[in-house]
Amino acid sequence: MTKENITAEKQFLTPFNVVAGIILLVGAVITILRFTKGIGAVTNLDNNNPWGLWIGFDLMCGVALAAGGYVTSSACYVFGLKKYHSAVRPAILTAFLGYALVVFALHYDVGRPWRLPYPIFYSQGTSSLLFEVGLCVFLYLTVLFVEWTPAAFEWLGFKKIRAWVVRLTMVLTIFGVVLSTLHQSSLGALFQIAPSKLHPLWYSGYLHVYFFISSMFAGMSMVIFEGTLAHKWLHHKMDETHLAEAEGVVLGFGKAASFVMMGYIGIKLIGLAVDNNWHYLTTGWGLWFLVELVGFVLFPAILYGMGAREKNTTFIRIAAFWTVLGIILNRLNISVIAFNYHLPSADRYVPSFMEVGTTIFIVTIGLVVYKFIATRMPILYEHPDYKEHH
Amino acid sequence: MAISRRKFLTSMGAVIGAGTTGTLTKAYGATKTGFKGYPESFGVLHDITRCIGCRKCEQACNDVNKLDKPERPFDDLKVLDQKRRTDEAVYTVVNKFSGTPDVFVKKQCNHCQEPACASACFVKALKKDKTGAVVYDESLCVGCRYCMVACPFNIPAYTYNDPLSPKVTKCTLCLPRIQEGKLPGCVEICPKEALVFGKRKDLIKIAWKRITQSPGHYIEHVYGEHEMGGTSWLYLSGAPFEKVGMREDLGNTPAPELTSGALGTVPIVVGLWPVLLTGVYAISKRKEKIADEERKEAVQKATDLATAEMNKQLSQLKNKLTKEKDTAIKTEVKKALDAAAKKAAEAAKAVEKPLAAEDAADDDTGNEEE
Amino acid sequence: MEFFTLHDFMTYSKGITYLIMGAILVFMPLYWLYLTDRDD
Repeated sequence: MTKENITAEKQFLTPFNVVAGIILLVGAVITILRFTKGIGAVTNLDNNNPWGLWIGFDLMCGVALAAGGYVTSSACYVFGLKKYHSAVRPAILTAFLGYALVVFALHYDVGRPWRLPYPIFYSQGTSSLLFEVGLCVFLYLTVLFVEWTPAAFEWLGFKKIRAWVVRLTMVLTIFGVVLSTLHQSSLGALFQIAPSKLHPLWYSGYLHVYFFISSMFAGMSMVIFEGTLAHKWLHHKMDETHLAEAEGVVLGFGKAASFVMMGYIGIKLIGLAVDNNWHYLTTGWGLWFLVELVGFVLFPAILYGMGAREKNTTFIRIAAFWTVLGIILNRLNISVIAFNYHLPSADRYVPSFMEVGTTIFIVTIGLVVYKFIATRMPILYEHPDYKEHH
Repeated sequence: MAISRRKFLTSMGAVIGAGTTGTLTKAYGATKTGFKGYPESFGVLHDITRCIGCRKCEQACNDVNKLDKPERPFDDLKVLDQKRRTDEAVYTVVNKFSGTPDVFVKKQCNHCQEPACASACFVKALKKDKTGAVVYDESLCVGCRYCMVACPFNIPAYTYNDPLSPKVTKCTLCLPRIQEGKLPGCVEICPKEALVFGKRKDLIKIAWKRITQSPGHYIEHVYGEHEMGGTSWLYLSGAPFEKVGMREDLGNTPAPELTSGALGTVPIVVGLWPVLLTGVYAISKRKEKIADEERKEAVQKATDLATAEMNKQLSQLKNKLTKEKDTAIKTEVKKALDAAAKKAAEAAKAVEKPLAAEDAADDDTGNEEE
Repeated sequence: MEFFTLHDFMTYSKGITYLIMGAILVFMPLYWLYLTDRDD
């Protein structure tokens, strides 16, 4: 007994917990500042730059990287690729946490967060793409929550209600794909209203298509990336099925991501051609655009492809991480870096330390909650009582 | 009623057209002709060539809207040396553009005919009023600031330092004063008649009249007549607009049209995705079922074959065994008969010892026949 | 219903479109059930 107590204490003071604790403490301080002194006290936002890191990273990247949920569940349930079944639960959990944190982060960014239900329940501005985003994120968060509940019910032992929810899997998965298609694309279309502010290389009538297509490989890359992390830290929580299927998931998703990325490069070129934007490529912005497209889409796509051919999971895992960086770069380019490109540099936006701190704080919350759930509930393994139920 | 029906049909036609050509933006362009804005709406014509940069309009605006007093008084014209924009305490600014002579340009909300801010607002907190004013309703605003992202003129500002009731701020076109029959504050105070208030359609006529009446005095363009689908504020200038801080690359597309393509694909996705995805699901499930049945059939066949083979082998074995047994019996019988015959012959030979020989022969035959 | 601005028209027409979208999302799964519940 004493020995167990000692190990429990030791486990509590792990480097992870200490670092996370410090970050959460700093986050709490910023939170108090934000809600007592206002947005202006903690951010570098101004009247020319109303959207900063909190929208550009927490919302844009958060939603894109949480796309693993719909990609994995539709691959398994809709397209019948049953070999990805063990990847569904972790992907759903990450997606659910991702969206929950997006909504959480929005409470910091919008002026009056207690009015966030207004667009859905009180005054519907249906002409706005943000209405579309808000409605879909709200509905999809609900869908993801319901999709995640079987894990919680298994943990708690609620067999009947679990069986009832499991029966809804198909409908929920299809709803999830519909809602994801809509809000992933609408997030891109948000910027279509400002052609005079977003650099022409990034502005396009196809912006919504780009966002949707890139969300697919963002999701797949994130599933691989998180899988890599989970294997490192939560290996002991995985059952044999999960471990046996993991390599198949990595190889399959790597191959799929590679192909989708090549298609994405194709439609990006089409976008350049349609608006005849080639001449911008020789400018500084053009170079930056090529860094994004060649360095962070084409390069990882090829790396993925080689990995899939050679059955080299190391290549694929590097490519996945690289692609995640590329998605972050793309979303930040559109919402922050190439947005307001025409303003003099003195009027440009650079995030404040407290904005960065809040973002790190929110990501940390995500990690802590994921760890809490994955170490307790049947996420990375199948609950012995519910095997062969799929 | 007839008009509205015609409009409705036009838009229906546009939607159908969009469905067939796949370009919703263009199709909405066709309906654009159906929407000309509120016919009796007001506007202001700003003749930039008449502005002397006295900042009286700024002061009037500050008074009318009861805004915070600025650090430097309104008669301090040194303020003009810096480029300024509207902010939470300033709904209008005059900027100076050096040249011979210096050019002064007033800046405030242009009250677009098709406001990008209103199109962007997801709670309908911004609306185009029939008077022409784009009005903001603080009681609905969530504070997402998408209107500020959307505004091509960078006008709306936000009270970032207010923790509990932050709001968007911008010129109201003095709507309360208009409703009382008064002029907007800035127009009323302008000493040089650089600002003219009136019906927008009349102002356009006045503007073009001035251009034609004073050749060479003005650039032949009324800024705001078509920009972003037209604005309630209209501008006349002697210098190119781009040179006096007014973007000429905004285009004439009304803001709602910019996003109509993406918005138009939304209902189509909802309509078709469930059909397609359920179809894919049904196909994959059917494939699985067929594969399952085939597997079962194959197993059945294999089992049948194996059973048949086994039965055959068994019967063969049985036959073989029976045959072997028969042969063995025959051989043994033959042996026994031979032996018996031999013994009989021996017995016949040895008649002098008949008893012993006969006993042995009987015993042997009995054993072999079993 | 008369519209003076494209924005008003879109707010109205999209409002109805959203209602139809909701109806579709409810109806389609139910209809699929109707189609398939007698399958073995």
